[in-house]
Formats: sequence, C-alpha cells, structure tokens
Amino acid sequence: MIPEIGHFALVLALVVAIVQSVFPILGAATNNAQWVAMAKPTARAQLLFLAISFVCLLISFLESDFSVRYVANNSNTFMPTIYKVSAVWGAHEGSLLLWALILGVWAGLVSFFSKGISAVMLARVISVMGMIGVGFLLFMLLTSNPFERLFPIPEQGKTLNPLLQDPGLAIHPPMLYMGYVGFSVAFAFAIAAMLGGKLDAAWARWARPWTNVAWVFLTIGIALGSWWAYYELGWGGWWFWDPVENASLMPWLVGTALIHSLAVSEKRAAFKSWTVLLAIFAFSLSLLGTFLVRSGVLTSVHAFASDPERGLFILIFLILVVGSSLLLFAVRAPQLRSTGTFEVVSREMGLLINNIALIAMTATVLLGTLYPLFIDALGMGKISVGPPYFNTIALPLSVVLFVTMGFGLFLRWKKDKPERVFAKVRWLLLLALLIAFLVPILFMESFTFKAAIGVFMASWVSLAALLWVQEQGKSPFKLPLATWGAALGHIGMAVTVAGISLTSMYSTEKDVRLENGQSYEMSGYQFTFNGVKEVKGPNYIAQRGEVLITRDGKEISTLYPEKRNYGQGTMPMTEAGIDGGFFRDLFIALGEPLGGNAWSVRLYHKPVVSWIWMGAAIMSLGGFLAAFDRRYRLVRRRAAKPVVTDEKADKGAVAPANEAVA
Amino acid sequence: MTARHKRIVFIIIGLCAVGAASAMITQAMKSNLAYLYAPEAVWAGEAPKDRLIRIGGLVKKGSLIRSDTSLDLSFVVTDNRGNEVTVKYDKILPDLFKEEQSAVVKGKLTENNEFIAEEVLAKHDAEYMPPELADVLAKEHAPKTDAASPTKTEVKY
Repeated sequence: MIPEIGHFALVLALVVAIVQSVFPILGAATNNAQWVAMAKPTARAQLLFLAISFVCLLISFLESDFSVRYVANNSNTFMPTIYKVSAVWGAHEGSLLLWALILGVWAGLVSFFSKGISAVMLARVISVMGMIGVGFLLFMLLTSNPFERLFPIPEQGKTLNPLLQDPGLAIHPPMLYMGYVGFSVAFAFAIAAMLGGKLDAAWARWARPWTNVAWVFLTIGIALGSWWAYYELGWGGWWFWDPVENASLMPWLVGTALIHSLAVSEKRAAFKSWTVLLAIFAFSLSLLGTFLVRSGVLTSVHAFASDPERGLFILIFLILVVGSSLLLFAVRAPQLRSTGTFEVVSREMGLLINNIALIAMTATVLLGTLYPLFIDALGMGKISVGPPYFNTIALPLSVVLFVTMGFGLFLRWKKDKPERVFAKVRWLLLLALLIAFLVPILFMESFTFKAAIGVFMASWVSLAALLWVQEQGKSPFKLPLATWGAALGHIGMAVTVAGISLTSMYSTEKDVRLENGQSYEMSGYQFTFNGVKEVKGPNYIAQRGEVLITRDGKEISTLYPEKRNYGQGTMPMTEAGIDGGFFRDLFIALGEPLGGNAWSVRLYHKPVVSWIWMGAAIMSLGGFLAAFDRRYRLVRRRAAKPVVTDEKADKGAVAPANEAVA
Repeated sequence: MTARHKRIVFIIIGLCAVGAASAMITQAMKSNLAYLYAPEAVWAGEAPKDRLIRIGGLVKKGSLIRSDTSLDLSFVVTDNRGNEVTVKYDKILPDLFKEEQSAVVKGKLTENNEFIAEEVLAKHDAEYMPPELADVLAKEHAPKTDAASPTKTEVKY
C-alpha cells in the first residue's frame, strides 16, 4: 500500500508541476491576477506531494519491503538503519526522486522567502522551476519509477553498493544535489527577468543570496566527495579528475564566477548580459553533470545506470533547457545595455579577470571531459585524458586568479589608481614572497618552485583578506556579514590551495610487501606490520591488519586498516587506517595477501592534506554568512514597495496582479 | 585613451589570451591522451611502442605470478582468441582485479611487446564491465563471424 501512495503522490506532483509551469507564467503574460496568484500554492503543493512520495520510499526501505524492486536491489535486512536511509538515494531511481524533492524544496523556499519580490516576477520564477520539475518527474515516471513492484517477492534483498556504505557518502549526494538544483533558482530568476524584459539591479539582488546558498551546498558536497574518495577508495588520492568529479566541479567554477558577477550587476549595472549567461550556464552544467552521471556514457565509479533510453531522455531535456534559454537570451540580449562603465584599473576589471579565469578553467575541464566521448562517437578510438592535462592548464590559470584575488578586494569600483593600491599592499606582497620561500625550506624536505608558488598564492590571498577586514575600520563584530563572507571565502580558498600544493609536492607514497613483524621506514616514521586478523561487522567480514607507527622509538599510533567483504558477490572494500593531524596524515591501506604471512601494504605520508577540506569548510561558512547579510533582509523589506511601483511603471496593467496578491 | 582605443586593446588582449590558451591546451592534450588497444592490435603492430597507452582485455586464468620478496608481479591480458600480452607491474592491484575478469592497464609497450604498467584498473563492480572495454573487445570480435574476412580461424581451413 505504501509504495502505491508514493507512486500516486508522484503522479500528483507531476500534475501540480504542469499547472505550476503553465498558469503563473501565462498569468504574468496576460495580466491575469488569479493565475499569477497560483504560483505560491502550486509550489508548496508540489513540495508536499514530493515529500509524501519520498517518505513512502523511505518507509519501504525501513520496513525492507522487497516487493519494491528498487528496495530489493539496494537493501537487505542486515544493513544498519543509517544505510537503509541513505540507500534511498543510493542508486539511480531514488537519487532522481531526491533531485526532484530538492527542486521542490528550493521552489518552496522561494515561495516562502519572497516578500520583496513582485508577484509577477515570482510567478515567472516559480513557473520556470515548475517546468524543470515536469521534466524530471516525467523522466522518473516514464523510465525510472522507484516504486515499481517486483514479483515474485524475494526473501531477502541484495545490498547497497558497499562503496556507498559510509557515513560520509550518506550525506554527499543530498549536499551535492542541493547545490546542483540550487542553481536552478538563479537560473529561474535570470529567465524570469529576461521574460519581464527588465534586468536591473533588483534581479541580481534577489538572486545573490540564493546563489550563495546553492554554492555553499555544492562546495560542501564536492568536499565531502573528495574526502570520501580519500579515505574510502583506499587509493589515498583526493581528486582524480574523474569525469564525474569534473561534472560537479564545472558548475562550481561557473557558480563561483556567477557569485562575483552578480555583485557587479547589482552594484554597478555592468556585466548584465554576462551574468544572465552565467546563470544559464551554471544550471546547464548541473544538468549536464546529471546527464553524464545518469546516462552511463562515462566509465566511472558513479556510472551505475547504463540505460541508453534514460540517457537519451536527459539529453533531450538538456538540449531543450539550454536551447530555449539561450534562444531567449539571444532575443533579449540586444536590449541589455550595461550602463556602468569602468576603467582598466577598477574592481570591475578584477572581477572580469576572475570571471575569465574561472570560465577558462571550466572550458578546459569541459573539453577534457567531453573530448574522449566525441572521439569515441566519431569512431576514432578510445582515449582517456590524464590528470596532467588538467593540472597543466589549471596551474597557470590559478596563478592569474589568485594574484588578482589579493588585489581585487582593495580596488575601488569604476576607477582606481594603481599606485594607491600598490602602496597599500607592497609589504604584503613582500611578506607573502618571504613566506613562500621560507615554508618549503624550513618545514619541508626540499625546496621546489611549484610548492613555493602555491604557498605564495595562499599567503598572499589570505594576508590580503585579513588586511582588508582590518582596513574596514570597525570592530570585527560590527562588520556586515557580507564582509566576513567575502574574507572567509578568500581565506578558505587560500587554505585549500596551500593544502593542495603542499600535499601534491611533498607526499610520499609507497606500496610495499610486509611480512608479519616486518617494518618499513618512510618519511622518518617506522611502520611495523603486526599481521592480519579476521573480524566480523554487522553485515560484512573484515580482514583487519594492525600497523604500529613509531617515530624515534616513540609510539605515534596504531592503525587498523581493513579489507571488508560484504558478501553477495560484491567487491571487497578497502577501509584505510588514517592517523590524521593538522600538519600531516599517515595513511595505510591493505592490499592483498601475498601468501605466507605477507601482505601488500600501501603507506602514505601526506603533509597538510586535511587543509584541503578545512579550506572548503571555511569557504562554505563564508558563503553562508554572506547569504544572510542584513542588507538582503532590509532590502527585501524596503524593496517591497519600490519594486512594485517599478513594475507598475514598466507594465502598467500588471499592477492589479500585485495588489491582488498583497 | 578613447573608447575606440580601449576596445582595440581589449580585443588584442583577448586574442592573445585565446591563442595562448589554445596552444597550451593542444600541448597538454597531446602529451596526455592515452588510447585504448586490444591485445590483437598490439600484435598487429597498431599500438605504438614507448608511449603512454592503455590495453584492455581479460586477465588469463593462472597467469598471475608474484615475486616472493617484493611486489613485482606479472599477468597476461588476453582476448580469449589467442592474442596475449604480458603485463608487468610493481604496485598493489585494485580490489576487483581477478583472473578471468576484465582489466585495463595503462603504461608503455616495450620493443618485444611486453607491457610495463603504471596503473591497473579493474572493473568497478561485480556485474559491470567498462563500456569502452566491452566495445573494444566486441569490435575485435566482429570479423570472426564475418565470413568474408580472412581471420585466423578461417586461415586454418
């Protein structure tokens, strides 16, 4: 019964989504106040039905209802409850339901926090989000229904992919999807603003906090994914330039560009059409990511659903979304005059460089990700693009980006004097250079130029951000949240970059053969292998190794790397043993038994690797603070009136619609 | 500077940036592409020597040989039609590496068609073969059923 309720709720959600995507937007076009007023209730009704549907699937999992095919394929009675919950989005069908639910959540949030937005604008925004919802709900109901029944009903289910049975990964997909789908809000605002023919500061101001929050979720999602890859895959790497990782990185890069470009659009009425284009791209790349992951065209850890029909559906949907929004853009762009002019040395220029560098990075990643697919489609062979390709391009671009990041904060809008800025920061530049040379010499075993560049960029950006905060001349507690947001965003990025460059340059990695009692010395640490025992977990059997780590005869830690077997013909899983620290991680993974007492063991010494994720956490905090700046709330309250009059002046006849809602 | 001058400067800077970027990308692409070959292509001389390539196939039963003192090991990648390439490797094999299962190895081919692997990739889960590998193996397989082409089995007749 429960699955049928879920299925029915899903169908109702589709019906509501169709109403939501048709009437409010038509009402806005034809000045029909009643239709415009349908925006809020439909958005909330859709959220309600999606939530019911999701809860039904959740209950099916918790009750281990194996008459539901999706449950039977991804769950069994031995799985701990937390993984029964995360199994809901652990495979294709359920993750789509999560996608749709999150879209519903965002549209619902927009409908609740929309005080300052004119009813007409809101109607368009909600309708655009409704259209996206229609696409995904159709996709789910036609090709991947999570509530499909299975007959005969199996006694016991299969199991969730063991790779995904991990607390970090339980929350990785929801975070990532909150980010992906969150960009649909900025996208919907951009489309709505274009439809209304008015791309003024107002749309940018509305879109900013939403974009920030989406970006924060995406940042957390990517960081969690990378952290999970680090400790769960047993390869000790944190980024592989895997196509699916790239698919999540691209919207992040464009989203970062969008956050900065929105600032210019709001404050200086410049970059107008560019910002709109970025909003379209950010969401399109999110959809592309979904397509790449879900269609099975990629060879990847994530490519579990290889069904050409599904791929085709998403591809058509992608083309429809991108095509129609770019068409609208082409029609409207000539009317979008950027009135704000600026000189070569100005904050606008700094942000322009930021945007160009980020977009160039996105293009590089896109090319590297899609090129093998094209070559394959053309029948010219099977190729893979190696990580060095991405690194070669990303390094010089990030140097440009980071040098600009430091200066950018101090630049004035419109026009600035280079001498003025230089006078401010020349000591900082020198200090950053000094740190860049001293850190590798004093704390690392050797000096390398690349590491010095990384340290320079990190210290320059973070010092500049700190000086900038100090220069605001107020007590830190009285500064606007947006100021803290910007500073923490930059500092977080700096911390991540410091982590990336030091860890890539100075990590020691060694695969060794160790017999019981044998030890191996690496990076000043003594690793002693004390054999492997068998232990039993709730739904797996593990080979657990014991490795004692000492330094100069003193015990540092004992690690227990495991090799787990979840049965049912699934792959064995490597559970690494990690001794984490602020300055270095020691990482041990079991390989295979080599006969006798010997095992192959993977040993890593990774300096400051945790900084990569710490930086991401700082960045996310910054993004959140900026999104909740008082300014947006005040503006929203204050803007309520003027915006309505704006609309009145613009399209006189629409006014009754606003009043009807008010 | 007049507006016109400014625009020209912007365009020139833009063109230089685009040019530099394309040059960089082409260079980076050229040295980092790894084509995938089947064992048959290695013996047909289609696979280049001493360049980063990938070879895909099935790991031959009973072919995995390990050293007693170090991690050095070797195994044979085959297409089950008699084309075999010996692969040498000195790191830890992935969890899913198994004899009689598919694997893709990345590395360089020596003059006598031995493969020195830098990386061994096995399939990602119990039921799943990477689509590109399935393709390559299927493609090499195709001529065999095609009566017109002189494949090995037919030559015997």
